Amino acid sequence: MGVRVERVDLSGIGFRDDIITAEGARLGVLTHRDGSREVAIYSAEDPDATAASLVLTAAEASALAVLLGEATLIDQLSKISDTVPGIFTEHLSLPADSKYIDAELGDTHARSKTGVSVVAIVRELTVIASPKPNQDLMSGDILVAVGTRAGLDEFAEILSNTRG
Amino acid sequence: MGHESVIFIQVGSVLLALSLLSRLAKRIKQSAIPFYMTLGLLLGAGSYFPLTESREFLAIGSEIGVVILLLMLGLEYSPKELVKNLSKNKTTALLDALLNATPGFIAGWLMGWGPVGSFILAGVTWVTSSGVAVRLLKELGRLSNRETPTVISVLVLEDLAMAFYLPVLSAVAVGASLMEGVISVSVAIGLVTAIIAISYFWGKTISRFFTTTNIESLIIGVAGLAILVSGLATEVKVSSAVGAFLVGISLSGKVASEAATKMRPLRDFFGAIFFVYFGIQTNPADIPPALLPAAALAAVTMATKFLTGYLAARKNQIGIPGRWRAGLALTPRGEFSIIIAGLAVSAGLNPNIVPFAATYMLMTVIAGPLLARLPDLPWVKEKLGKAQLRLIQKTMQQ
Repeated sequence: MGVRVERVDLSGIGFRDDIITAEGARLGVLTHRDGSREVAIYSAEDPDATAASLVLTAAEASALAVLLGEATLIDQLSKISDTVPGIFTEHLSLPADSKYIDAELGDTHARSKTGVSVVAIVRELTVIASPKPNQDLMSGDILVAVGTRAGLDEFAEILSNTRG
Repeated sequence: MGHESVIFIQVGSVLLALSLLSRLAKRIKQSAIPFYMTLGLLLGAGSYFPLTESREFLAIGSEIGVVILLLMLGLEYSPKELVKNLSKNKTTALLDALLNATPGFIAGWLMGWGPVGSFILAGVTWVTSSGVAVRLLKELGRLSNRETPTVISVLVLEDLAMAFYLPVLSAVAVGASLMEGVISVSVAIGLVTAIIAISYFWGKTISRFFTTTNIESLIIGVAGLAILVSGLATEVKVSSAVGAFLVGISLSGKVASEAATKMRPLRDFFGAIFFVYFGIQTNPADIPPALLPAAALAAVTMATKFLTGYLAARKNQIGIPGRWRAGLALTPRGEFSIIIAGLAVSAGLNPNIVPFAATYMLMTVIAGPLLARLPDLPWVKEKLGKAQLRLIQKTMQQ
């Protein structure tokens, strides 16, 4: 998964990093000396010109980095399980009528009963990485779980238990 | 009225007028430099409102303006960046000098200004205004464009070239015998090389002299060092501008970046005085006879500058539209042309050089930014796009 990143210096302004995507598109990130960033997308007809650019302050840039970083964290976790035979990663959504809504993650006893680890919870646009047993679960959560095939199936069944 | 009160009234009125002109320039998206200089033209000797009492004050302010402008330019670059840029883009630097200094030299020769006068005009036509060009790239949203690093490297190399050109010019302008001239030129070049080498290896040590925790002390200290070195540089016949530029280069790291941002207001203030004073020095009556030759030279050197940018961009694998953008963005001349012409005044050379340089520079600084916008016009864009398409088809066939 080698990604090509090219860096060019802009003396007196800062530097620009380009990422060339698998589709052949070019994404430029211009870092100004003061820490503000400019994310640029290049025009299709004229690959040297910016078609659109987005100016981010240093704080906004790091907020975006956290979002992208957590998304890639999950990708990397899926990759780990791909390389270990017999271990799978699954995104399990918490059913709307599950009895674990508003309960804690530890209440599912996922680890002790099925051997499955929940490595992250995706909640709307944010990602809760490495959730603790006392993490609250909410309707609409997607649980990123790592385990054996049988364990994951069992865990999915536990999550779909309804109240009463 | 007392002498002092007259000075204050004049300087205050000039500053207020400059402030209004800056707003006007910003509103019509033009560089403020031509406006400042035109105001100066109205206030000089032989004009309607000649300023006499405050002239001395403005002259000193303008000298400080040169020092701060060059100091800030030096602060933008580190010696490592300069050396890296030079080793990577030697051919471009050489091409730039050949294409753009030669027309100026020839024009000076044709107008009978002698070797020194021609050498001065060569410098005037050589250097693009990095201030105007960078602001233009920002305004047109081209900072992330792929041709921009090429444009920037041309600007950086020209600034570096000026660090050598200006002291050589100061040495030549003294007008000594050939032998003395050779000696003073070698001393000037040796001195500049030595200072760049020192800051290349011990830049951190020099910066340690200043603190970044006390901004007040930093600003006063850096400005003080620049003015002190400028004075010393003038004393040994290296131009004061170069002294300040070298101080800027030798500071690095946090000291340089803090000073660069915090001293910007100081540069804007004294820079404005510099441009208005240059206008004051120029006699408006000298401009009409200079109009035609200056326009011809402006047309030629804007074409050669365009060619420089075009070829440099082509060398860096930029497409045809990008080459046009790079070439046209480099056409405006500015502060350096004025500083060089200013040296002609202090050397007591042909007095026609200054109004000529002013007229020439005003033409390029007005026309350049307009030309730079051309490649963004829809029909030009379409034409250039088609040219690029043909180029791709041609390379595919081969």
